[in-house]
Order: sequence, then structure tokens, then C-alpha cells
Amino acid sequence: MAAGKEIRSKIGSIKNTQKITSAMEMVAASKTRKAQDRMKATKPYAERMRTVIGHVANADTDYNYTHPYLEQREVQRVGYIVVSTDRGLCGGLNVNMFKAALKSVLEWKGQNVEIEVCAIGKKGVGFFRKSGIPVVGATSGLGDRPEVKDIIGTAQIMLDKYAAGEIDRIYLVGNEFVNTMVQVPRVEQLLPLVPGDDSTKRSNVWDYIYEPDARELLDKMFDRYIEALVYQAVVENLACEQSARMMAMKNATDNAGNLMEELELVYNKARQAAITQELGEIVSGAAAV
Amino acid sequence: MAMSVHCDIVSAEGEIFSGLVELLVAPAAQGEIGILPNHAPLLTTIDAGPIKIVRQGGTEEVMYVSGGFLEVQPDTITVLADTITRGEELDEAAIEKAREQAKKALLEGSPDDTDYEMAAARLAEAMAQLRVLSQIRKYKK
Repeated sequence: MAAGKEIRSKIGSIKNTQKITSAMEMVAASKTRKAQDRMKATKPYAERMRTVIGHVANADTDYNYTHPYLEQREVQRVGYIVVSTDRGLCGGLNVNMFKAALKSVLEWKGQNVEIEVCAIGKKGVGFFRKSGIPVVGATSGLGDRPEVKDIIGTAQIMLDKYAAGEIDRIYLVGNEFVNTMVQVPRVEQLLPLVPGDDSTKRSNVWDYIYEPDARELLDKMFDRYIEALVYQAVVENLACEQSARMMAMKNATDNAGNLMEELELVYNKARQAAITQELGEIVSGAAAV
Repeated sequence: MAMSVHCDIVSAEGEIFSGLVELLVAPAAQGEIGILPNHAPLLTTIDAGPIKIVRQGGTEEVMYVSGGFLEVQPDTITVLADTITRGEELDEAAIEKAREQAKKALLEGSPDDTDYEMAAARLAEAMAQLRVLSQIRKYKK
């Protein structure tokens, strides 16, 4: 009964795999909640920041000075800050996001624009190194509780290049958390700033009263804005990662269960066939005597 | 009823307050400012210190902010703070202790140390928090 033994050991190995995947599912489930809480906590700040910056971009600064972050330049080089996960086994999360990033990259390449990437997360670093797009900055191993200072160094590389005029546009790529089941890749223009939809659109020209002077204030504000957005993207991506992993592991566990059932059936059939055959042999042997 | 304006106070750790206020007083870069409804658009940094709001109906609330930005639009006031602590959550004994320690570090250290700057920052923070507490006490009387 060699076939039977083979099937037995196969079932055994699937059972072990299932144990692992279901354990990973439970770990991811418990981490999901924490990651989601962290994401929710940072969201209001990032959103308000976005609104305020949207207002600032709409204001008519009467100073003879436009902040470089507000200036629309002719696009010759584009930078991407790509936020990915450090670990795999989270379904198509990273792959879908890379696809979205590549689509945007190819569009620019079609217009003879050079591309540079800053990667946050191990998977992104690996992917863009292999794809031949120059990676100018990389951070990985952020863990479950990333801190602003861990991330800002990488983003700063891009910002410095932007300030120096080496890059004319910066995109931020990451996953958007819709709910536990759905995560959508998002490619968002970080710089130059996109004027927000001004719901309170005023026909007359207006500007803020700035305290202290506009330049100093806007410098500080924009730095904080980029920080908040990139940090928010990282935290959101973490929540996506855990949810995606939970779903991927749940599917893997279910699939292992189905596979085991099928193999169990094949095994029992083989066993019964063997017994029937043996019985037949005994009966015909006895009849011959 | 007094006029009121919508106000959002958020910190990096979460939303602290969102609702209608009659008055907001904040420690802006060039001195303390009070914002009433229909204020002109304003954008300013805020320093460490107390933020006071008077909610619609007249209840007052004081919180401690460690720094950030304040934006005034015709229909909203937005406070983007680094960290915020509600006044009631401040622990006077702990702050007093931190202040003493920072003072000691300042007296002992030399001005070139990096520790010196840290201590100076801590002292400023403790002083600002104490100001918040004294304000709260004033209102309660």
C-alpha cells in the first residue's frame, strides 16, 4: 500500500502548514486592531493638515516670493516615495501597489521623464532594485510602531532634491485602508502642492495674516505637512498589511482544509480498494484449496 | 446668544476637540491672541502654553499645547498641535518635580552641553504647564 502511505504523509504535511497559517492569522488579527487604532489616531491630524495646506495653496500670497513647494515647474524628473511592507505573506497587497506605481512610472517614462524612487519597507526596496529604477533612498525594518524620525530621513532625501531643482514632482505611493477586506493602492501627488477644493471659494483675492513672517512660517508648516503625510501613509500601510495578511492566512487555512478533505477521500478509496483486493485474493485462494 | 464659530483641535495623537466655540485664546508666536468669530484669515505658529476655549454656551476649557500651528478661516478655526494634554490631566506634583530637575541640570551643566539645551526645553515646558494649571485654578474660583 505504497500510495496510501504517500497520501498519509502528504496529509500530515498539509496539517502542519495549516497549523502555521492559522497561527499567523490569529497573530495578524490581534495586530490588526492595534494598527488600525494607530491609523485612526493619526488620521484627523493628517486630514486637517491637508485642508489647511489646501487653503494655503489657494491663498494669493502678495509677497514677491513663491515657496518652491507651490511652484509648478516643467517636469523633467519625477520622484516617488513608495511605502511598502517589510514582510511578505500578505496576499497581493504589495504587488497591486507596485503595479499602480509602475503604471504611473511608465506614463512619465513615455514623456521622457527620468524617474527616481525612495523606498520605505523591505519589499519595495527589493522590487525597485530589481526593476532597474534608481533607488536613491531606502528604509526598512520599521517594526509595528514606526516613529516619525525613522521615516523622515528618507523623505528628506527627496525633499532636498526637490529644493535643489533635481526633481520637479514627488509622488507618494502607498495603500489606502478602506476596510479589513479591501485595501486600494493610492498614488498621490505630494509636491508641488495641489490646491485643495476650496469649499469656501471666495471671489475676491484674499491672503492670510502671517505671524511671524510668511517665509519662516510656511517653511515650518510644509515640513510638518510632508512629515505628517508620509507618516500617515506608513501607519496606514501597516494597518493594510496586517489586515491583508489576516485575510491571506485565513484563505490559506481554508484551502488547506479543503485539500485535506480531498486527500482524505482519495486515501480512503485507495485503502478500501486494497482491502477489497486482499479479500478477493483470500476468497479465491480458499476456493482453490 | 453669543456668536460662535466651528473649531477643530487635533494633535498628532488624535482629535481632541471639534465643535462650536465663542472664543479661543492661544499662545501665538508673537504673543497670546484671542480669536472671536469673524476673525480675518490668519496663519501662525503656536508656542508651548495654555489654549483656552469658551464653548458655545459659555463653558470654559483649558488645555496644554506643546507647540504647533493655528489657522483661522472665516468659518473654521483649526489648531494643529504637536501634543495636547487636557488641563485636568496635568499632574502638578510631577511637573513641579520636572521643573526642579531641569533647574538643577541648568545650574550644574555648562551652556555648551546638549543636555543643557534639553534641560532648558524641559524647564520651558514645565513652566508652560504650570501656567495652564494656574489658569484653571483661576477659573474655578
